[in-house]
Amino acid sequence: MSEARTYGYYPGCSGMGTSMEYERSTRAVCEALGIKLVELEDWSCCGSTPAHTVDHVLSAALSGRNLSIAESMGLDTVITPCPSCLTNLKTATHRMENPEFRSKVDKLLDKPAPGGVAVKSVLQVIFEDVGPDAIREKVVRPLDGLALAPYYGCLMNRPPEVMQFDDPENPTSMDEILKALGADVVPYGLKVECCGASHGIAQKDVVTTLSGRLLDLAYAEHAVAMVTACPLCQMNLDLRQGQINSANKTNYKMPIFYYTQLLGIALGLPEKELGFDKLAVNPAPVLKAIQEPSHAAS
Amino acid sequence: MKIGVFVCHCGSNIAGTVDTEKVAAAARKLPGVAFATDTMYACSEPGQEGIVEAVKEHGLDGVVVASCTPRMHEATFRRTVERAGLNRYMFEMANIREHVSWIGKDMDANTNKAAELVAMAVAKLREDRLLFPKKFDINKRVMVLGGGVAGIQAALDCADGGLDVVLVEKTTTIGGKMAKLDKTFPTVDCSSCILGPKMVDIAQHPNITLYAASEVDDVSGYVGNFKVAIRKKQTYVDWDLCTGCGQCMEKCPSKKTPDAFNEFIGPTTAINIPFPQAIPKKASINAEACIMLTKGKCGACAKVCPVEAIRFDQQEEIVHEEVGAIVAATGYDLFDHSKYPEYGGGRIPDVITSMQYERMLSASGPTGGHIKRPSNGEEPKNVVFIQCVGSRDKSVDRPYCSGFCCMYTAKQTILTKDHIPDSQSYVFYMDIRSPGKNYDEFTRRAMEQYGARYIRGRVAQVYEKGDTLIVRGADTLTGTSIEVEADLVVLAVGAESAKGAAQLAEKLRISYDTYGFYMESHPKLKPVETNTAGVFLAGCCQGPKDIPSSVGQGSAAAAKVLAMFSKDQLESDPQISQVDIKRCIGCGKCMSTCPFGAIKEIDFRGQKKAEVIETVCQGCGLCTATCPQGAIQLQHFTDNQILAEVTSLCPPLLEKSFE
Ligand code: SF4
Ligand code: SF4
Repeated sequence: MSEARTYGYYPGCSGMGTSMEYERSTRAVCEALGIKLVELEDWSCCGSTPAHTVDHVLSAALSGRNLSIAESMGLDTVITPCPSCLTNLKTATHRMENPEFRSKVDKLLDKPAPGGVAVKSVLQVIFEDVGPDAIREKVVRPLDGLALAPYYGCLMNRPPEVMQFDDPENPTSMDEILKALGADVVPYGLKVECCGASHGIAQKDVVTTLSGRLLDLAYAEHAVAMVTACPLCQMNLDLRQGQINSANKTNYKMPIFYYTQLLGIALGLPEKELGFDKLAVNPAPVLKAIQEPSHAAS
Repeated sequence: MKIGVFVCHCGSNIAGTVDTEKVAAAARKLPGVAFATDTMYACSEPGQEGIVEAVKEHGLDGVVVASCTPRMHEATFRRTVERAGLNRYMFEMANIREHVSWIGKDMDANTNKAAELVAMAVAKLREDRLLFPKKFDINKRVMVLGGGVAGIQAALDCADGGLDVVLVEKTTTIGGKMAKLDKTFPTVDCSSCILGPKMVDIAQHPNITLYAASEVDDVSGYVGNFKVAIRKKQTYVDWDLCTGCGQCMEKCPSKKTPDAFNEFIGPTTAINIPFPQAIPKKASINAEACIMLTKGKCGACAKVCPVEAIRFDQQEEIVHEEVGAIVAATGYDLFDHSKYPEYGGGRIPDVITSMQYERMLSASGPTGGHIKRPSNGEEPKNVVFIQCVGSRDKSVDRPYCSGFCCMYTAKQTILTKDHIPDSQSYVFYMDIRSPGKNYDEFTRRAMEQYGARYIRGRVAQVYEKGDTLIVRGADTLTGTSIEVEADLVVLAVGAESAKGAAQLAEKLRISYDTYGFYMESHPKLKPVETNTAGVFLAGCCQGPKDIPSSVGQGSAAAAKVLAMFSKDQLESDPQISQVDIKRCIGCGKCMSTCPFGAIKEIDFRGQKKAEVIETVCQGCGLCTATCPQGAIQLQHFTDNQILAEVTSLCPPLLEKSFE
């Protein structure tokens, strides 16, 4: 790619804590792909789950503030790796199309929320603005023969009228990216199923059942690892894999990667930049299967 | 002029919210009204008799009935006044039910409005002139569009009734969807065994001309005298010569041609006869698959054909037919299940449609009647049927019930057990809708005798897990979610209007609903008529229906055609436009507005003038509104008549302001 594309970047709070490896690998990969990220100055929490369950106006105001920061920095698009942040930013934008709702939101803000700032996921930008073809050309460590189960989670593409990206029932963007890296993408029918989300805190058995099913299918389809795009999904599947195993009497040792980590490794980025050490299930056996950078290509 | 006014109670329909007595009293004060009364049911026999008597007793010249919509009873009352000795156009109707009593509850306001509508009708009647219909000859031939079971039935009944029938079918064989079915519910008799003889009858009937691989290009004319242009598509085979021996099919090297008749579950050859019982049993070439037509070499079929019928240079051809009536029986299409990506149809090989399953069950189908999993050719043990795929679902714009899927699913579970005795069928359903004769018993039999497990609830998702499929859904009777392992999933796809239905409707000048199904003239009382005289409906083009209903409607349409043709002449409606030749300046504006092409230019003593072709004019009145001279007038709705109505409602203030 010739010139760098610039986007406003909203890391979200999980990127600062529970999914630092996602945030770090996202930055590394974007740089390698010529995507310039400008972090929003003094961004605040998107409100996450609590705000929108209590008050839609308050939740939209939190997003509105972040969007107006983007506007004042002269950015026309804000991208975020986290589907949950993405949902809040996009839903707020969608709801504010209603003038009555917008005026309530504006009352809570110092200055009116902007109308013209687009919101996308990092996945969408990598898929649409860079594209699998350009990615394929940059691969130096192909993931040849690695059987991967792509798992998008329930939020990334739904509801379709808000998210406006990929198919809500059978998304394929991440599949295409992984295929461009040389991986074997197994047919994975539960791409958009719920992992149990934040039920893990209140009612653990919901997560062990739902995430257990996700692991069962990945295993049945002979995947060596699952690939996610959501910090919460990743945490449920990875960090709680032991709990899932003991609840379901299984014995999985299935590494759960972020797609950005695998993208990074295929592009030849140093492993330490990609945060593999943060994963709970040991990824080493899978990583070992990936060949070393070929000198001819680098 | 002496006018009589009759204000109908319509039981409590009108009298409940209109003071009919008061309306009659107000009418008595109107100029020209010699008699006014209210009456319980004007349309009943005593009601009509009352009108006849009043005409005679008071020497009335015209009658106003204030009652329901003219759509309901205008014709009835016209006949009544005719019986009383009046011209049938000396009658006016005021709609005080749909336009008054049904839409407001305020008695005073309603009574007022009703009285005003009556005043308008009286004012118009004063301007009415006697009109006389003309008679014209009818061409007693009929065209049936569509060779499915409904069209076949209509064509045979008309032909048996002595009519010349032209049957137009767009594919290369008649038989329609029914020909693809293995067995039919609720009798489980072989579909082609009951349809086959009828198809042969079509081929052999001396009164029937069959155009297969043909479509209607253009329709002009009017009831009794339609002109239809038919486009005969090229089949690349001279059907006059072809004997249907099938030698060409054996030799054709292009063996991977998509087979539409077999719902694409098995390939066929580029030149082919769709199925053994096809009528006409003639070969045709699929141009996209033919090696000769795409690459310019091969010609194997031409070499083996014993009668030298192959014509690689055949062109399509337009033929013209003249008929007096048209029966549309153009059928339906199946819902495109890929609109439910969560079911995986088109992506997961072992998810198939109900019609594909039929072809698999059929002994003459591509698997020779063996049920096989498309992925590996093995026999499935667990078969899951998902109902209402594209029925009763607003989210895919199909809120209606397709009507027959519950039944064919039950049939398919029975056949599954017959084919594979150790199999288990599961049916995800929303409701069982089986109201036909012996239908409910049939679905019960599927459950009780054949052990099909019925689960009430929609399926959320079908996905592959290793070698099997997982069907996840809700069981709304136990209130749980449920997962069933399946070897094969059959989607019970619903019905939607045939592709191109709307375009054909435009050509036939008939109406269709939001979903493209053709509209009958009255949903209860005129189920096979359309609002265009001489065009009738049969089968699924009017809405999804099963075989018995389609056949019934086919016969009904034929009966309507035969009844119409039992007269030698039809009466034309005199409510059409007429040109005042002295006023006409020949500008031609009317000609360019008329949607029916009913106005032609004539030369009148060296001057250009307009003339209305009486049989073509539909009486829409567009030309009268267009004519700058007021030279063209719609009879029974002339400017003077309409102005009289308006003036009665808002009397001119002009004179007063001069006072
Ligand atoms: S629009 Fe009127 S004036 Fe003009 S040609 Fe037609 S009838 Fe004659
Ligand atoms: S009334 Fe309508 S159909 Fe008749 S000539 Fe005028 S425009 Fe044509």
